[in-house]
Amino acid sequence: MSAPFLDIADLSIALKAEPNHRLLRSVSLNVAPGEVHGLVGESGAGKTMIGKTIFDILPHAVTVLAGSVRLGGQDILTMRHRDQRQLIAHTSALIPQDPLTALNPVRRIAGQMTDRLTAILGLSRGAARDRALQLLNEVHIADPERVLASYPHQLSGGMRQRVLIASAFAAEPKLIVADEPTTALDVTVQKQILRLIAEMQERHGTALLFITHDLGVVAKICRKVTVLFGGSVVEDTDAESLFAQPKHPYTAALIAATPRYDRPEDSLLPVPAEVIESTWQEIRRADAAWAEARR
Amino acid sequence: MSAPLFSVEGLSVALPDPNRKPLFRPRPMVEILHEIGFEIAEGEVVGVVGESGSGKTTLGRTLVRLIDPTGGAIHFAGTDITHRDDNALRPLRRDLQVIFQDPLSSLNPRLTVGRTIARPLLFHGVAASASEAHDLAAATLEIVGLPPAFSARYPHELSGGQRQRVGIARAIALKPRFVLADEIVSGLDVSSQAQILSLLERLKSELKLTVLFISHDLSVVRRLCDRVIVMRGGRILENRPTGPLFDHPEHPYTAELKAAIPLPEIDPDWLAAT
Ligand SMILES: Nc1ncnc2c1ncn2[C@@H]1O[C@H](COP(=O)(O)OP(=O)(O)O)[C@@H](O)[C@H]1O
Ligand SMILES: Nc1ncnc2c1ncn2[C@@H]1O[C@H](COP(=O)(O)OP(=O)(O)O)[C@@H](O)[C@H]1O
Ligand SMILES: [Mg+2]
Ligand SMILES: [Mg+2]
Repeated sequence: MSAPFLDIADLSIALKAEPNHRLLRSVSLNVAPGEVHGLVGESGAGKTMIGKTIFDILPHAVTVLAGSVRLGGQDILTMRHRDQRQLIAHTSALIPQDPLTALNPVRRIAGQMTDRLTAILGLSRGAARDRALQLLNEVHIADPERVLASYPHQLSGGMRQRVLIASAFAAEPKLIVADEPTTALDVTVQKQILRLIAEMQERHGTALLFITHDLGVVAKICRKVTVLFGGSVVEDTDAESLFAQPKHPYTAALIAATPRYDRPEDSLLPVPAEVIESTWQEIRRADAAWAEARR
Repeated sequence: MSAPLFSVEGLSVALPDPNRKPLFRPRPMVEILHEIGFEIAEGEVVGVVGESGSGKTTLGRTLVRLIDPTGGAIHFAGTDITHRDDNALRPLRRDLQVIFQDPLSSLNPRLTVGRTIARPLLFHGVAASASEAHDLAAATLEIVGLPPAFSARYPHELSGGQRQRVGIARAIALKPRFVLADEIVSGLDVSSQAQILSLLERLKSELKLTVLFISHDLSVVRRLCDRVIVMRGGRILENRPTGPLFDHPEHPYTAELKAAIPLPEIDPDWLAAT
């Protein structure tokens, strides 16, 4: 077993204005090189916050209370700012939730891709352009020249996502965090994009943290899974056991809420109120213990 | 057999082409729906699925006559509404309700939830007084599973799932004969989707609602819909009862959509299979 590249330990964050109300509650999670790790939970669970912490791009209103976020052994939360930006830029890339906001609407794709390549890899303009073409080929874009000359709005949703995937892999990162990269896509396009992400991840041996609310997607591409509820990890296991034998009642309920056309009667079942209530009770107990320990 | 609530024959719709702007002539039209025909029986929930751009929204909006057809005929409750103008449609508006995909943009941000539901009741004369409208709104909130205190809240204070409940409440409070639901669970996570779909299932049996349920996601229509229409490129490829459609898709495109749904079970071959 290789050491994890991403190692988050006991991470707690909160709004500066409400330090007693944690948005992430002692979250631990790690991803080894070459591993695809799913991070799953309902909207508001804190998935995007975890992603933002890894890149140190939390909203200004939010502060880290405790914990560490190590990339290749170095804790980005305690590093000097310049070293931290360097480390993150050279080792990690984010495929964000909304491809349209991730791309600058008034610049052609070419400039946006080559900027990154010149900045991080120190390539010349010409070399960066060649590398961009090569990357677009790698993500199976048939006419890379046209795509480079396009503005983001001239591309379909699936095409924009391909561009972002190509950009994410541009600097051969050790870690990619993909935040709901297929949520807005049609199912047939989603499947192509999932296949592409899996193919790229395997070829480059990247550690991949895949954020989603859909356990169907988790089942198809993740080997390890962390289930998040209310900013708290309720289960952290391998995908096989998660689906065969969920340990936490909330995980079982989330599986039962997922649509299944083959078993309609036991799918799409709302998470029972008792499960939500008992999970919150666990969280409140943990909150009390945490507050006690910090005094 | 009673007459269908909706009957659609040879329906065609053309809209001005947004990509072409000649200087001195009107925009050329592009045909978006091509001779579509189907029926919806009273009390039936019919799904419409297909990839984005296939014409689902255009079809729904044409049925409730927010768009003028260029050809064919639409009969609603035995009446020809194909070319009725806004004035002639007014008495039917109450019976043709729409719930939109994005409730935040379709709900007035300055109206409380209570007033959002009460206003149309007064407008359509379902309630005779403000206090009657208020009571009806409160009762409807309860039906869609929101606590009475939500009456005083504003849309931005609600979660996506709660806003969708308000959209549903606003529509069903009017006791319409037909509800168009366009992608109403598409922006929601799996667990809110499950809640909204079971709410609709309950309303279907309790209120005998007739619904056209549009979704780009085939997986969510299996439980709710009696029948499913599969669309592509402005045409109907398949229109059959839900069970048989899923068990034995007739059109290869339906089979492709079904195969692209990721079931929550480990299957190492799924990703590679086309
Ligand atoms: N910019 C922000 N400022 C303050 N709180 C926020 C901000 N963005 C999100 N939150 C809160 O943080 C929590 C976690 O949000 P998020 O990480 O976006 O959830 P997820 O990605 O799982 O849907 C939510 O309760 C949300 O309301
Ligand atoms: N107002 C409009 N004017 C011109 N074309 C439109 C308009 N609205 C939609 N279209 C086109 O009609 C086709 C079908 O769109 P739509 O009905 O929205 O599909 P769906 O709801 O299935 O995604 C698309 O090609 C779209 O670009
Ligand atoms: Mg998120
Ligand atoms: Mg639509």
